[in-house]
Amino acid sequence: MVEPATATQAAAPAVPQLKDELDIVIPTIRNLDFLEMWRPFFKPYHLIIVQDGDPSKTIKVPDGFDYELYNRNDINRILGPKASCISFKDSACRCFGYLVSKKKYIFTIDDDCFVAKDPSGKAINALEQHIKNLLSPSTPFFFNTLYDPFREGADFVRGYPFSLREGVPTAVSHGLWLNIPDYDAPTQLVKPLERNTRFVDAVLTIPKGTLFPMCGMNLAFDRELIGPAMYFGLMGDGQPIGRYDDMWAGWCTKVICDHLGLGVKTGLPYIFHSKASNPFVNLRKEYKGIFWQEEIIPFFQQAVLPKDCTTVQKCYIELAKQVKDKLSKVDPYFDKLAEAMVTWIEAWDELNPTGASVPNGKTA
Amino acid sequence: MSLAIKDDEIDVVIGALRSDLTSFMNEWRPMFSRFHLIIVKDPDLKEELKIPEGFNLDVYKKPDIDQVVGSSTAIIFSGYSCRYFGYLVSRKKYIISMDDDCLPARDNKGFLVDAVAQHITNLATPATPFFFNTLYDPFSEGVDFVRGYPFSLRSGVKCAFSCGLWLNLADHDAPTQALKPGQRNSRYVDAVITVPVRALVPVSGINIAFDREVVGPALLPALRLAGEGKFRWETMEDIWSGMCVKVVCDHLGLGVKTGLPYVWRNDRGDAIASLKKEWEGVKLMEEVVPFFQSVRLPREATTAEDCVFEVANAVKEQLGSRDPMFARAATAMLDWVKLWKSVGSSSSSPRV
Repeated sequence: MVEPATATQAAAPAVPQLKDELDIVIPTIRNLDFLEMWRPFFKPYHLIIVQDGDPSKTIKVPDGFDYELYNRNDINRILGPKASCISFKDSACRCFGYLVSKKKYIFTIDDDCFVAKDPSGKAINALEQHIKNLLSPSTPFFFNTLYDPFREGADFVRGYPFSLREGVPTAVSHGLWLNIPDYDAPTQLVKPLERNTRFVDAVLTIPKGTLFPMCGMNLAFDRELIGPAMYFGLMGDGQPIGRYDDMWAGWCTKVICDHLGLGVKTGLPYIFHSKASNPFVNLRKEYKGIFWQEEIIPFFQQAVLPKDCTTVQKCYIELAKQVKDKLSKVDPYFDKLAEAMVTWIEAWDELNPTGASVPNGKTA
Repeated sequence: MSLAIKDDEIDVVIGALRSDLTSFMNEWRPMFSRFHLIIVKDPDLKEELKIPEGFNLDVYKKPDIDQVVGSSTAIIFSGYSCRYFGYLVSRKKYIISMDDDCLPARDNKGFLVDAVAQHITNLATPATPFFFNTLYDPFSEGVDFVRGYPFSLRSGVKCAFSCGLWLNLADHDAPTQALKPGQRNSRYVDAVITVPVRALVPVSGINIAFDREVVGPALLPALRLAGEGKFRWETMEDIWSGMCVKVVCDHLGLGVKTGLPYVWRNDRGDAIASLKKEWEGVKLMEEVVPFFQSVRLPREATTAEDCVFEVANAVKEQLGSRDPMFARAATAMLDWVKLWKSVGSSSSSPRV
């Protein structure tokens, strides 16, 4: 039986790393009560709250947090016609937070994710682990059997070429979940009681050329290195699909990271996922996606980006072109999505004017 | 979902580089006693082997090796390579093999790990090389495929190779261990992971299991370092062999798993002494890795033997001129395929 840590168990770190360089982006439609539990870990950081749903509703942010909050009216006001690329009535709207952030790093978390405990009973500071992951290199070109060689107590194994031991910059840190696992609707329906109780004490780099399902519940990334690729697509209200926002962003991100020589890590940290969403509701949202992903995956697996795509934006625009060319025949939705991808990049460049033409996503 | 692997389909193969196997065998007795064992004595070992009673086993020594293999081959079955002779003469479908300085490890709860049972589980359940599952092996208990994992890929492919890990003395190379002489691996990572297709991995030979019928020929004693010795720091033969196995598995659509089980590896030897003696191996990987990353096998290669043959020729062509070690490795690989066809595939064990 896994249990979350209680608010009192969480101990604030002595020095909150990157406190002026990282924004925490939280999409919410209900309330932010969960922040109380995270207070010791999150308080030093700036929060960007993206309020989904009815903008006339007031979402109370617990006292003492430094934050900015955007509702739908704000999104429409700031982006004008480009606001069409930001989803409504879906947590995909969180990517608006990435757009308006001025920081180098983003950590995003869902409002039903609590602090988990490690096997010794200690409260896990997920943010601290994400920062460790992002600040140490990745090793996508050769698999290290002892997992992340940059972790304390680990190293490269025999046979690992020395020329590959410097690694590459880490663009994404993908965390996991104890308790309610991130299953799709069919699996949830078949196994409603299954809980993830296995704490796997590893961080690993996902090899170059390998795709993975990126979950947005507990995710951190280097906005300067890969930000423009983190578009969470068209989901929710008026769209034929839901619960594929993070997946879409993950496939685009991985293809671009592979192309630009950036790393993606997965594994620690764990959070405690407390709420199981309704599987019947989920099935309706995912239904088309389950069929479409059979075509989408080969598309991404075969996607090749030309050498002259040296920035994330250029890569992303090229991907959008390929989506239009190759996936429109699956459903007209992909036409719309491809256009929204371009709109997103336009919005990104408008709101983030510097660094737009810097190669390899590096800072100017 | 899992295959039913029977006890009599398994051989446990141990290469004996030390003569006194008493404590090794006794510690592994609860896990080994059900199975048939093949013990191959390092031909360079002078002393008589000491093996405790109560096991169902066959022991092969230098005269046996000479008789079966003859002097017609470039392959040298000494040191860590002696166990390949065991793979050759085994008539079972599955092989589990570990170094003779490894003992059962304890998991995070303090229970002794049955490494044999875990390897069998790994081989009996499918691998998933085409798409990464973020909750690791979806066929483990209490776990499944995550949202976003395409359904058409959920049956997985046959797992042909299982590579386990090591607590205490991890398998680092000599420079790494020399730099951190006190470092010991105490982290028990409770996961089995399929190594994705096209991702290369340094497959250590210390604690492995494989489907002999399907990939046997790809486990080969080919790359012998000039200063190869009796410590793992002084070898690269298993790393070379492991890269062949991965390339072959990727080509044939088979899976390679890594992670559990752990074994406890005893402290042995001195990394600095090994480094002084043999450091060429570390440099070699700079050429070996790009080679294996670029090797492409033709569609017509549909068996492990075919694949090994192709890789051997590629080694000869592309690496042979760079270092005589590679030229010898290529010859050894071709010899191995011949040996496998004549000795390895016959229906009965060579009676020695």
